[in-house]
Amino acid sequence: MLKVEDIQLSFGGVRALQGVSFEAAHGEITGIIGPNGAGKTSLFNVISGFYKPDTGTVTVEGQDISGLKPDARAALGIARTFQNIALFRGMTVLDNIKLGCHTRLNANVWSALGYFGSAQKEELELRRDLEERVIDFLEIDHVRKAPITALPYGLQKRVELGRALAMKPKILLLDEPVAGMNREETADMARFILDVQEQFGTTILLVEHDMHMVMDICSRVVVLNFGQQIAQGTPQEVAQSKEVIDAYLGQAA
Amino acid sequence: MINGNLKATYAADEKIVDNRYKFSFVWGLAVLAALLPIFANDYVILVACQVGIMVVAVVGLNVLTGYTGLMSLGHAAFVAIGAYGVTILHHAASALSIPEGIQPFLTIPGAMALAAVIGLIVGLPSLRVKGVYLAVATLSANFIIIFLIELDALAPWTGGKTGLTTVDPSIFGWVLDTQREVFILIAVMAFSTVLLVQNLFRTRVGRAFIAIRERDYSAEILGISLLRYKLTSFAISAACCGLAGALMAYFYARVLPEQFELLLSLQLVAALIVGGMGRTMGPVFGVLVIVLSPELLKVILSAIAGDSIEAAQFRAPLQEIIFGLLIIGFIMFEPLGMTQISDRVFRALNRWPFARG
Ligand SMILES: Nc1ncnc2c1ncn2[C@@H]1O[C@H](COP(=O)(O)OP(=O)(O)OP(=O)(O)O)[C@@H](O)[C@H]1O
Ligand SMILES: [Mg+2]
Repeated sequence: MLKVEDIQLSFGGVRALQGVSFEAAHGEITGIIGPNGAGKTSLFNVISGFYKPDTGTVTVEGQDISGLKPDARAALGIARTFQNIALFRGMTVLDNIKLGCHTRLNANVWSALGYFGSAQKEELELRRDLEERVIDFLEIDHVRKAPITALPYGLQKRVELGRALAMKPKILLLDEPVAGMNREETADMARFILDVQEQFGTTILLVEHDMHMVMDICSRVVVLNFGQQIAQGTPQEVAQSKEVIDAYLGQAA
Repeated sequence: MINGNLKATYAADEKIVDNRYKFSFVWGLAVLAALLPIFANDYVILVACQVGIMVVAVVGLNVLTGYTGLMSLGHAAFVAIGAYGVTILHHAASALSIPEGIQPFLTIPGAMALAAVIGLIVGLPSLRVKGVYLAVATLSANFIIIFLIELDALAPWTGGKTGLTTVDPSIFGWVLDTQREVFILIAVMAFSTVLLVQNLFRTRVGRAFIAIRERDYSAEILGISLLRYKLTSFAISAACCGLAGALMAYFYARVLPEQFELLLSLQLVAALIVGGMGRTMGPVFGVLVIVLSPELLKVILSAIAGDSIEAAQFRAPLQEIIFGLLIIGFIMFEPLGMTQISDRVFRALNRWPFARG
């Protein structure tokens, strides 16, 4: 489904990614773990098109997308959330989520100015679709008209997931979706992620420091350390890998 | 929470005017505008025309600065293009012996299109720079356009420093040769512009603008092309200012380059700040304050000091100072503008009589 091959990326002297290669299988949750600064977010930025790697390719369903800009990759069905929430803070929950559907809508300046016929119909259909598929699904109907700034952190994370889901993505990149959450909020979010996978068959890439969550919901795990890919396999295989234990112990020591 | 505001359909929930107080307010304004040409005296008509023209221009600036978050200090340039464009196009249309009665249907859109194209060009730097740098880039555009208008080589078309005599438009033979008649055109255009532009923000186009203002990289990740939407915003914004310029040409007997210098650009920005950026009614409230308060000050000060020449000499600078203080006061105490005040009023109305405040 999503394949990255031999990605190398450096910032001046810092070699953030050094030959990362793996494939995320269709409809599965693939975890990406590693200590702080391992290059996980950089990898997401390469996949979503913000960083141009020095070498390597990203392919989606056999199509090489390495040359595309972020907005074009979004149109192909790659959605993501950010490590530090990147919602549109001045807008309401509803408008944020509607923005997730940008590429699926057709209104142009002329039809929008008049708000007649197609533009109006499209907006009302969009509203119905989002209410049913995203807002009900994520249980955020009570805050749909609230501005983002009025929401607690945990809910903001959920709205950001909602905005990504609104795109009907084929591939969903989640960068630390439960960072900073308490146990209950974490459990909720894990449930939503599993529901997404189950109901929509979305291919999910999950960066997360919460090992319990990664071990519980991922079917495969890729481990990065200082930009190098030191292991990949099932959660059990990875947990027993000597390199991985060393990397994490090394960090703890 | 807003009470007494139950919606039963998504269509009702997606309306622009979504409660009955706002509804009465908007219709009140419309009725007032409709009655003005019948009852108002010439002075009121004159001021009302200025308000209408400025509203159209500030709505345009609001699209770019208020909603898309791109600062411009050069929007007077687009007003100039509209004013000169419409006048020159009328002469061209007459030369092509197009009947006068249908000329405005070609020249107004033509002037707006011309402004939009120049807007696209002036907008190019916005793909690279933001904030103050963009403000300076647009400011330079303002100077360049005025320079071109005054250029001797172009004087056969633009009239150079002495400007152009404008045309009284004829709509299917109805010649708008009094300010009272031009006011009707201005009022229709002002209401339509506010409504049409507001419609943008009910669809993906307007949401994309706001997304770019709020966080451009998030916008990109959702598939919004920054190139396309920033330039679209510039074009729409410039087209509105072009329309304002065309109306100005119809309203005044002459257009002169000095009408479109930095002062006008700054007035547009000031009106937007005082009214409320990125809000539907922001431009309307802002223009009312900016245009009406100097007039009110004039009336009040001459009531106090009398109308003698000495009093007038003393009045003019005082008026400027009070006006300046007013704007500073707004920025300090109501940084979100008049719309913040109107929000409070509508909120209080919605709660009344259950709770106050
Ligand atoms: N834009 C950038 N410019 C320079 N260096 C960068 C940039 N982005 C990331 N880096 C560097 O690349 C390395 C990997 O960073 P990255 O953010 O990908 O790590 P991470 O695995 O996401 O860490 P964390 O768990 O803390 O989020 C770090 O050394 C970081 O300092
Ligand atoms: Mg990270």
